[in-house]
Amino acid sequence: MQVFTKHEGLVAPIDRANVDTDAIIPKQFLKSIRRSGFGPNLFDEWRYLDHGEPGQDCSQRPLNPDFVLNQSRYRGASILLTRDNFGCGSSREHAPWALADFGVRALVGTSFADIFYNNCLKNGLLPVRLPAADVAELFAQVEATPGYRLLIDLETQTVTRPDGKSLKFDIDPFRRHCLMNGLDEIGLTLVHADAIRTYEGRRRLEQPWLFR
Amino acid sequence: MCAAPRTLYEKLWEDHVVRTEEDGTALLYIDRHLVHEVTSPQAFEGLRMSGRKLWRVDSVVATTDHNTPTTHWDRGIEDPVSRLQVETLDGNMRDFGALVYLPFRDRRMGIVHVIGPELGATLPGMTVVCGDSHTSTHGAFACLAQGIGTSEVEHVLATQCLLQKPSRTMRVDFDGVPPAGVGAKDMALYLIGRIGTAGGTGFAIEFAGAAVRALSMEGRMTLCNMAIEAGARYGLVAVDDTTIDYVRGRPYAPDASHWDRAEAYWRTLVSDPGARFDRVIAIAASDIAPQVTWGTSPEMVTDVVGRTPDPDDFEDQQSRQGVVAALNYMGLAPRTPIHDIRVDKVFIGSCTNSRIEDLRAAAAVVRGRKVADSVRLALVVPGSGLVKAAAEAEGLDRVFREAGFEWREPGCSMCLAMNADRLEPGERCASTSNRNFEGRQGQGGRTHLVSPQMAAAAAVAGHFIDVRGMV
Ligand code: SF4
Repeated sequence: MQVFTKHEGLVAPIDRANVDTDAIIPKQFLKSIRRSGFGPNLFDEWRYLDHGEPGQDCSQRPLNPDFVLNQSRYRGASILLTRDNFGCGSSREHAPWALADFGVRALVGTSFADIFYNNCLKNGLLPVRLPAADVAELFAQVEATPGYRLLIDLETQTVTRPDGKSLKFDIDPFRRHCLMNGLDEIGLTLVHADAIRTYEGRRRLEQPWLFR
Repeated sequence: MCAAPRTLYEKLWEDHVVRTEEDGTALLYIDRHLVHEVTSPQAFEGLRMSGRKLWRVDSVVATTDHNTPTTHWDRGIEDPVSRLQVETLDGNMRDFGALVYLPFRDRRMGIVHVIGPELGATLPGMTVVCGDSHTSTHGAFACLAQGIGTSEVEHVLATQCLLQKPSRTMRVDFDGVPPAGVGAKDMALYLIGRIGTAGGTGFAIEFAGAAVRALSMEGRMTLCNMAIEAGARYGLVAVDDTTIDYVRGRPYAPDASHWDRAEAYWRTLVSDPGARFDRVIAIAASDIAPQVTWGTSPEMVTDVVGRTPDPDDFEDQQSRQGVVAALNYMGLAPRTPIHDIRVDKVFIGSCTNSRIEDLRAAAAVVRGRKVADSVRLALVVPGSGLVKAAAEAEGLDRVFREAGFEWREPGCSMCLAMNADRLEPGERCASTSNRNFEGRQGQGGRTHLVSPQMAAAAAVAGHFIDVRGMV
């Protein structure tokens, strides 16, 4: 997994609540059996004026000029500013894969849907939860300031604004540790293989009908 | 001294903890892993790359459902990209193994959340995972059942465990008796309308109260299925006679040698009197009318006798913008009576409402009536091959066909339109599925979520109509 310690980058605002994973990556792209290559289809239905299908050359497709990520001032954005309940809906990990493939490294918003939040952390993508008032201020600043950048530091758990103000955020210590060290969670869990076997052995006795 | 009273969620959680980290992250043991073609290929690929095997082959139950066509099974899967994904699962099943694999065209094939319970592969007290958010469905059996992403699918395949912290608990009491024509789907949508699609985030919701106890297992599955649309990872219903009766005799249920012990344990899977919940919500079931969503999120919902909202009634700018955008996408004016909304297509199916009881309820409305001429396509897609066979044995297929519905092969179908069943841009659909997101049923398509009875009534009338007057 990609390590996340510190990231400084251009911010793009996705100003809408309840952005679902169907919007982040529409279902036709879920037919892929690969983990990469989803970036060109991130937000496909909002980003292009035509209908996208897997395998297309997206550089030839008509862009929707109204969609925020198509505006030149947000080109190269690596941090998305988001509203309530971002990533709701389907559990598809293709959503964080598409975000990461597009070049997004972090999301800053008021709340994220459970499964999406988890899926981001498994892919080196940092979702940062901040209080609503902080997020509202960030939206106002981003929209007023072309070239607006944020510095996100996972070590100190802070988001630093261009005016120097720094905002503290919470993250589960175990997740933070994995992210900062790019750890393979399966490998970590298998260190406890004996504990799993012991548990399993007890269950075989207590609830034998669960085993075949 | 007695132990402190515990909630059902706490019992299930504590029963499955293998070990706990200092910060409270637990290694949680997983009993049942349901697998389908869309979210598994990258997980099996990951196993291959790291030279890992399945930790427990007999925990895996797999099928194909999302990509498979619902017509002309004799022709195979025509879309080559879908076909490759389905064949990839075939290959992974050959290489890695499973307790059961129901491949494309197996007579028992169906939606993963329909086949688990049907086979008795979902049993009370289990932890159940699947790379699909609607895994919450299995909570109807007092299972700790949750949707996970593909990295976690790989993690469970390789270790039989998940890393997780406990959730907060919420109890939703549906007291009293709902009116005739109002069912589990209406209860779910009503709740989501009340607490919002993020209202359950971070919670395990236990559904309780007389109206839940009165539901069949099918109804309880519908309710738990929609828990995720309220933002909750888990829905739960305590074990009672209805649960035990459903499970008895299923192919993978305990045999006679274990049955009594299993049943005795299952009977303990209820919240103790006095157990503390972080949040409790009480709803009078008698207040619930048939529900219809009008927008692009399941929380955008109202009574069938209601109207679409007026953005001007919303104080805060975020909500107002949200309502404007949704009405705009849905092609609806503010304050439109729900009755006046005409539909182009009707879809009865999905892991929310494709079980035998759903089809019976819809058929009861349709019987002796005809699909309105203005409806271009009315589709019934049974949840599994066994549901289809059971419905045919009761003659429900004839009821639907004679009314002008199409009777299809099982699968996810127009719930997410990964196969050929979809809405065209601008088309409006009365759908028994669970998500009305933009483009969910086809780009530009407009979805109204309803119960099976309400979908059947809309098919007959050509517009939404209060099914309470028809049953
Ligand atoms: S029926 Fe719909 S919601 Fe259910 S598993 Fe299939 S695609 Fe997902």
